[in-house]
Amino acid sequence: MIVAAQEAGAVTAPTVPLWLLIVVPLVGSAVLLLAGRRSDRWGHLLATAVCGATFVMGLVLLSQLLGLGGEDRRLGQQVYEWIPVGDLQVDFGLLLDPLSVCFVLLITGVGTLVHVYSIGYMDHDEDRRRFFAYLNLFIAAMLLLVLADSYLLLYVGWEGVGLASMLLIGFWGHVPEYATAAKKAFVVNRVGDVGLGLAVMAMFATIGAVGFDEVRAAAGQMSSGTVTAICLLLLLAAAGKSAQFPLHVWLPDAMAGPTPASALIHAATMVTAGVYLVARSSALFDLSPAARTTAMWMGVITILIGAVIACAQDDLKKVLAYSTISQIGYMMLGVGIGKAGYALGIFHLLTHGFFKALMFLGAGSVMHGLHNETDMRRMGNLRKHMKLTWLTFTAGWLAIIGFPLTAGFFSKDQILETSFLEGHFVLWALALLGAGLTAFYMSRLYFMTFWGSERFGSDVHPHESPAVMTVPLAILAVLSLVGGAALNWKAEGQLAHFLEPVFGSPEAHHDGALTPIQLTIITLLVVAAGAGLAFLRYARQPVPVTAPVAVLPTVTWARKKLYFDTIYESVVMRPGQYLARTLVFVDGRGVDGAVNGAAALVGGSSGRLRRIQTGFVRSYALGMLGGAVVLVAALVLVRF
Amino acid sequence: MSPAYYLFLSAALFSIGAAGVLLRRNAIVVFMCVELMLNAVNLTLVTFSRMRGTLDGQIMAFFVMVVAAAEVVVGLAIIVTIFRTRQSASVDDANLLKW
Repeated sequence: MIVAAQEAGAVTAPTVPLWLLIVVPLVGSAVLLLAGRRSDRWGHLLATAVCGATFVMGLVLLSQLLGLGGEDRRLGQQVYEWIPVGDLQVDFGLLLDPLSVCFVLLITGVGTLVHVYSIGYMDHDEDRRRFFAYLNLFIAAMLLLVLADSYLLLYVGWEGVGLASMLLIGFWGHVPEYATAAKKAFVVNRVGDVGLGLAVMAMFATIGAVGFDEVRAAAGQMSSGTVTAICLLLLLAAAGKSAQFPLHVWLPDAMAGPTPASALIHAATMVTAGVYLVARSSALFDLSPAARTTAMWMGVITILIGAVIACAQDDLKKVLAYSTISQIGYMMLGVGIGKAGYALGIFHLLTHGFFKALMFLGAGSVMHGLHNETDMRRMGNLRKHMKLTWLTFTAGWLAIIGFPLTAGFFSKDQILETSFLEGHFVLWALALLGAGLTAFYMSRLYFMTFWGSERFGSDVHPHESPAVMTVPLAILAVLSLVGGAALNWKAEGQLAHFLEPVFGSPEAHHDGALTPIQLTIITLLVVAAGAGLAFLRYARQPVPVTAPVAVLPTVTWARKKLYFDTIYESVVMRPGQYLARTLVFVDGRGVDGAVNGAAALVGGSSGRLRRIQTGFVRSYALGMLGGAVVLVAALVLVRF
Repeated sequence: MSPAYYLFLSAALFSIGAAGVLLRRNAIVVFMCVELMLNAVNLTLVTFSRMRGTLDGQIMAFFVMVVAAAEVVVGLAIIVTIFRTRQSASVDDANLLKW
């Protein structure tokens, strides 16, 4: 075993045991699942209290972390020897550093708000208790993922969130399409998980350890080919979990789950685990320019795919899902830039966590008021009926399109700016196009839902959601408006500065042809163009209730999700099904046939043979006599 | 007298017994034929014992007689019981134990 890196700062014992963060929600989940219907009345309150408690613990730990100086901001704890097998010594060790504390607070903070919101949203569901049990399970798994101090332990959390995600997507599994969506998410995630598994094995094979510190310390000794291979495998894992091209197809279908689960898992936290993985492996990515380039291109392609498809979808949640895919593309672009970008990717991840959770919860509020309608063509003018939802959604909309001084303005703009200043002009131009498209489709969604004429039926009476749902919306709206500025306030308070002990300080080279101010103005012009176009098209002109048929081919492509599902179905799914059917046939007719055939042969011949046993004593006697004669004859023949 | 005569007699008795067991239906007759076969064998044993001048064969014959006596007790009891239950001593009627 390689000695832990000395360059990383000293590790301090935490004031609150780190394992408590994981165990408390896990116990909450177990209690709710085991208590069954008995906990129907208080289950949701327990789950919310548990989640709130983890948030408080997170705050206590943050204050302890801030009390330490720079490099020493690391709280660690070895819980027990997990896998002591020969050369492989893995401890169940937890680590809280500036990077993971950001995630802990995002997960528990947004998680608590989503829990509170779900009390109202799931009020009429018989299985509300089970929903809260899964939410708590997710919180536990996600905290394990970000608190782990080795890739192997991270893998456990990685699978745990995958499980919780599948359970929540298939929460209404009695509907076949929803159950299919859950399976699809699980299977596509498996493809990425293979990458993570192989990466962990490759680390163990080359340096004999899988801890973050050990890998960081030994990164320099690995050959560049090995580093690139490991990084590409980690990127595959990130693509699966974070719904990046080419494994993005599961996320839109994941909208089958209850909307609060979509907000927490499929927008704010779990889908960003891939970005966390890349950021956590920054020491490896620093050494592999090829892997960084791959990450950036993957991000930019995903930005454009997500944005283009989102422009033509009419389902409120589907648009938000493609928007999430697209926004995670920005984060991937950010962390792919390298030293200058890791903190920006995490910054955008946090602000995106605020405003995307807000918009998903807002969408849930709209659905709540409209009897689960998700077709935006059947909405319109909801600002009259749902004032609070409309106001908070406006905050989220401004934040995501990057309106000046809102959260998205700081985070997205910095990623674009840095990609230009680092010399990736093509990527910058494409990502800028993505920003324009983002402004267009988000404004389209916003105007179609809250402005224009009322297109829902006369029997539908939209109503504002109860306070238990609107208060979390309001809190998230405030965060979406000021969160970016707060995290970007001044050099010492800046998130990038806070994360420096983890990622190292970037070497500044600002030699671009354009200054940051000019870049910001260009971005704002593109965004204004996109939003303005959407305003003219969807707020000023009437929106038809049924989608128009005579449209440009590009719109048709985008409606068909650029044919990704079609291609995967014909290339992967159908051959797989045929293979499975062939195997079932071979198993049924071949293997089972041989076994059953042998049994039938023995059974049938015994059925015939037993007729010899007639019950007539004299025929038995004849048989004995015959046998005796044969024996004697044989003896005589042998004798002579 | 040549011992061969005894052996021929024994063979004849055994054949008669075997034929009776195979051909007759009455359980009592079948039973007596079995006894006949046993005694044919006894005769053989005693004959060979005499020829070889040892007592082994004669002792063996006593064993057979004892076993035959015991067998008669059990066998007759069974036959009587069967006759009581089904009013027939035919061995072909007692054919339930089959297949």
